[in-house]
Amino acid sequence: MPTGDVRSMSGFRRSFEALMLAAGLCALPPASEAAPLRVVSINLCTDQMAMLLAAPGQLLSVSHLARDPRSSAMAQQAEHWPLNHGGAEEVYLLRPDLVLAGSYTAGATVSMLERLGIPVAQFAPVTGLDDMRAHLARMGEVLGREEQATALLAEFEARLATLHDPAATPPRAALYFPNGYTLGGNTLGGEILEAAGFANVAAELGLTRGGVIPLELLALAAPDAVLTSQPYPGGSRSEDIMAHPVVAALRAQMPMAAVTDADWVCGTPHVLRAMEDTARLRRALEDTE
Amino acid sequence: MKLVLGLSLTVLALVTLSLLTGPAEVGAGESLRALVFGSDGPLGMVMREIRLPRALLAPLIGAGLGLAGAAMQGYLRNPLADPGLIGVSGSAALGAVLAIQTGIAGSLTLGLPLSALAGALVGVALVLVLAGPGGGALTLILAGIAISALAGALTSLVLNLSPNPYAANEIVFWTMGSLADRSMTHLWLALPLLAVGMALLLSLGRGLDALTLGEDAAAAMGVRPARLRLGLVIGTALVVGAATAVAGSIGFVGLVVPHLLRRATGGRPAPLLWASALGGAAMLTAADIAVRLVLPDRDLKLGVLTALVGAPLFLHLIWRSRGERA
Repeated sequence: MPTGDVRSMSGFRRSFEALMLAAGLCALPPASEAAPLRVVSINLCTDQMAMLLAAPGQLLSVSHLARDPRSSAMAQQAEHWPLNHGGAEEVYLLRPDLVLAGSYTAGATVSMLERLGIPVAQFAPVTGLDDMRAHLARMGEVLGREEQATALLAEFEARLATLHDPAATPPRAALYFPNGYTLGGNTLGGEILEAAGFANVAAELGLTRGGVIPLELLALAAPDAVLTSQPYPGGSRSEDIMAHPVVAALRAQMPMAAVTDADWVCGTPHVLRAMEDTARLRRALEDTE
Repeated sequence: MKLVLGLSLTVLALVTLSLLTGPAEVGAGESLRALVFGSDGPLGMVMREIRLPRALLAPLIGAGLGLAGAAMQGYLRNPLADPGLIGVSGSAALGAVLAIQTGIAGSLTLGLPLSALAGALVGVALVLVLAGPGGGALTLILAGIAISALAGALTSLVLNLSPNPYAANEIVFWTMGSLADRSMTHLWLALPLLAVGMALLLSLGRGLDALTLGEDAAAAMGVRPARLRLGLVIGTALVVGAATAVAGSIGFVGLVVPHLLRRATGGRPAPLLWASALGGAAMLTAADIAVRLVLPDRDLKLGVLTALVGAPLFLHLIWRSRGERA
């Protein structure tokens, strides 16, 4: 796992800084090789990893999504940190010595911050539990909190082991999200299903990553359980598919309602809660048979 | 008569083909049996709940749009008129989006199509006020373009302000239309308004025929232009409102179909109404089959295909009318 996305000073930064200093507006803290002291996170998933691992006072701000209970598994903890909206200007004014960002979001912001000479550590979305372990270890390194990362991972492995409960013939489940999007085998969602003792219908249909299953194929696959996401307020045509009579009929056979919540979104130890909830669904399914 | 029979058979064949088109590869006999008699497995559900609503909505909406186009062109005596052009589609989409975002669509059974109808009526009423009493066809169409632009901007605004992260991505659905994953619920939502609107438009045939002789002659024959106009506006708003509420705004059907069928009906508006309804049904069903064959995984929008056919024809018509004036 590369740790080298942390960028260093550029010529542009030097001249920009000189300009800012000349104008008497602000001064940047000196970049150092030691652990960063002023860390700002602008991505939902790096927010949560940083909240789990950062030393007191080390993390200055998290993104506004961190407090949204629909997408953040740590919405309550996020109350303790000031929010940012991921704009280059507001992040720069916090004078961070490290910015944590996702690798696909806010491309313009990240390149702007790098031009201003602020080191940015980018984290790609996790593709599974192994990837999650690597990300947490790397977050420990960039924050200078390796010990905490190791401890967190050890605790995670212990709880994961208690979940292990393979069935002879696992029931078949499908994740079904807006626009018919689903998750195949090599994804975090797919591995949560697997850890909870389900066979993933999307993997059966040949999906290894995320992708779309047409409603027809979902119906013909006749899964034992369909897990949809919680619709957002306001309504959209994209989400209509989760209320389609076919999906409703498939879900009506299930012993309990099941939706994927914020615990499914990011690669943090909170996926254990998603696994435990889903395992409960599996036991309920097995009891009804 | 031969034309109507031929078009009806075409529509029937296309609807059958539409029922047999889909990502699940199932034999034709097996799937039609599952449609009619049901089946033990999930195939019956696929046929009845996924493919049937789509195969019925496409011809119904196409018929409504073709009919509205023919009626409008007959009334305005202008082959460039299209429901989209007088602002009905755009303002219907605004009504539908407002109903969804405010929750009216969820709490009231017919909330969605009625709100789209209200939007369409407001749009048309505004156009008529702008065009003024006895306003020429050109003024009417220009006013319609202004209303379309305003309604389109407001639709985008409502979707951008929505708390739903998916809503803003759906501007393209409301401007281009699609029938992907529509259910029987949507069919039942659209059907009542579509049926009333189409009946109203079809009843205008005699008046439109008389109008071809000029407004004075028509008045002498007992046709009241104001009443004809009211029927046209309400009928069009009903049809386009209901269609847009469930399928988004699909353009050009009302432009292309009457144009193709005008010569075959001898240029008379009344038979053209019937022929355009059937022709519109055939065109939209064919387009809806094509979007599933061209890009099966991508929900290609219906309006993209109809515009690819319709826009060149529109340009051709403009070019020709320019030649006439020169």
